[in-house]
Amino acid sequence: MTIASLLSTPSELTDSASSKSAIVLMTRIRLARNLAGKSFPGWAREAQRAEVLAVCRDALLATAPMKRSANAAVSELTDLEKQMLVERHLISRELSGSSSGAGVVINKDQTVSVMINEEDHLRIQVLRAGFQLKKAWSVINALDSELENRLDYAFSPRLGYLTACPTNLGTGLRASAMMHLPALVIAGQMEKVVRAVNQLGMVVRGLFGEGSDASGSIFQISNQTTLGESEEAIIKRLGSVLQSIIEHELNARAKLLESDATKLFDKIGRAYGILQNSHQLTSTEAMNLLSLLRLGIDLLVFPEETRAVIDRLFIEAQPGHIQSTAKHDLESNQRDILRAERLRTEFATFAKPNFTVNGQN
Amino acid sequence: MASPLKCDLCTQPATVHLTQIVNNKVHKVDLCETCAQAKGVTDPSGFSLADLLLKASLNPEVPVSAVRCEQCGFTQNDFKKHGRFGCPQCYEAFSSLIDPMLDNMHKGTAHTGKVPERALERKTLHDRLGELESNLEDAVKTERYEDAARYRDEINQLKQIVEQPKSAR
Repeated sequence: MTIASLLSTPSELTDSASSKSAIVLMTRIRLARNLAGKSFPGWAREAQRAEVLAVCRDALLATAPMKRSANAAVSELTDLEKQMLVERHLISRELSGSSSGAGVVINKDQTVSVMINEEDHLRIQVLRAGFQLKKAWSVINALDSELENRLDYAFSPRLGYLTACPTNLGTGLRASAMMHLPALVIAGQMEKVVRAVNQLGMVVRGLFGEGSDASGSIFQISNQTTLGESEEAIIKRLGSVLQSIIEHELNARAKLLESDATKLFDKIGRAYGILQNSHQLTSTEAMNLLSLLRLGIDLLVFPEETRAVIDRLFIEAQPGHIQSTAKHDLESNQRDILRAERLRTEFATFAKPNFTVNGQN
Repeated sequence: MASPLKCDLCTQPATVHLTQIVNNKVHKVDLCETCAQAKGVTDPSGFSLADLLLKASLNPEVPVSAVRCEQCGFTQNDFKKHGRFGCPQCYEAFSSLIDPMLDNMHKGTAHTGKVPERALERKTLHDRLGELESNLEDAVKTERYEDAARYRDEINQLKQIVEQPKSAR
């Protein structure tokens, strides 16, 4: 299977949206692993990197979950393919920028991706739609154990799994959830939430990780520390933080409905109108409009089954995915035109809003 | 009067003093205005004190000893430049540098999570095998044939254990 054919099929995130993913769009867990006695990728010479890439790739392809997978060296990928993989959260921006000796292995349904020679020799990632931390952990734990049969991991009984950066030491585990928090954003409470979450040892980032903005009111929440706590404890702690954020978001929604439902429905109705009729849309604007429609679904303005459509469009409205539908290279304003066209088509047949359900409140 | 605090990242006087409590631990940094802005301290959303503390402790003004990792040739200066280590062995070579930083950076300083037991078991077996093989060589050289036979039997036994789980897995 090639990366190109993989990209032509929908990802885990775009295909399995359900009510389980109402506020938590996606859960992700990654493990950082390195080979004993080998220099970390950032310090290794080219020949060493090539050797590690080959060893890791062979070990990965021999595991059960990666039997049917696509794998490629980063140097073999086109810029567009790399961008689309980043937009699907299957590789990092850092990996897509690396020059030689780096690679990626992705399973068929795009729920497992392993980056080789990113910051660490191995960055194993499992991705699940909705709030599924425990499921993601059991999958990644099994794959990690299977890899351990074939690879000698760098491990110290005192410091745990040894990583290039000391901030990943110990479990090497980063668990994160992508959350849709429109009401907290509208109510101006996000800053407060971020501060509280920070105090609990968790980090809040934008949709595409460090330094990215939170367009579409989508945030990533993840653990900050990796040493001194077991994997299960980290996941449990993150889970309870997520649960309390969900409650805050639901409260904020209830308050918005109570204090000024008209204003909220006006926003949702206008977003629907723009998506149906606009001729030029930047990806940020599209994200924000789609976010309002997704809120509408949660408020029963649109039928439940349309959530899957919105979640798919969250990814397909990204620049790389828009570019991939065109035959030649587009300038960003041409992309905005194409994006609007694409969304007009989608929303021409989209369910009509029904404001009466909540409107009576 | 005491001289004003210096920025943790450069040598300018510090004007931004930040205290953050994470996991019931107090973390403090002192920064000049330029560094505070550059590091996004004023923006609560994208800000991680742990990363900052890591970089602060890498202040190039601090004199460093000439420790070098024997495995990969990495120096303490390289760490201060990159904020990453050269190889797994570096954690031992630079333990005096890194160990004090861990308490600030993490919830604890000792690993309590998963252990790669199968890999460790395999390593123990391989180490023992290597030991026995050199014993065997010694015994043959010094014509202690009874010992040699014993070592050979033990080696064969171990080899079976090493081979067996692989095919069963």
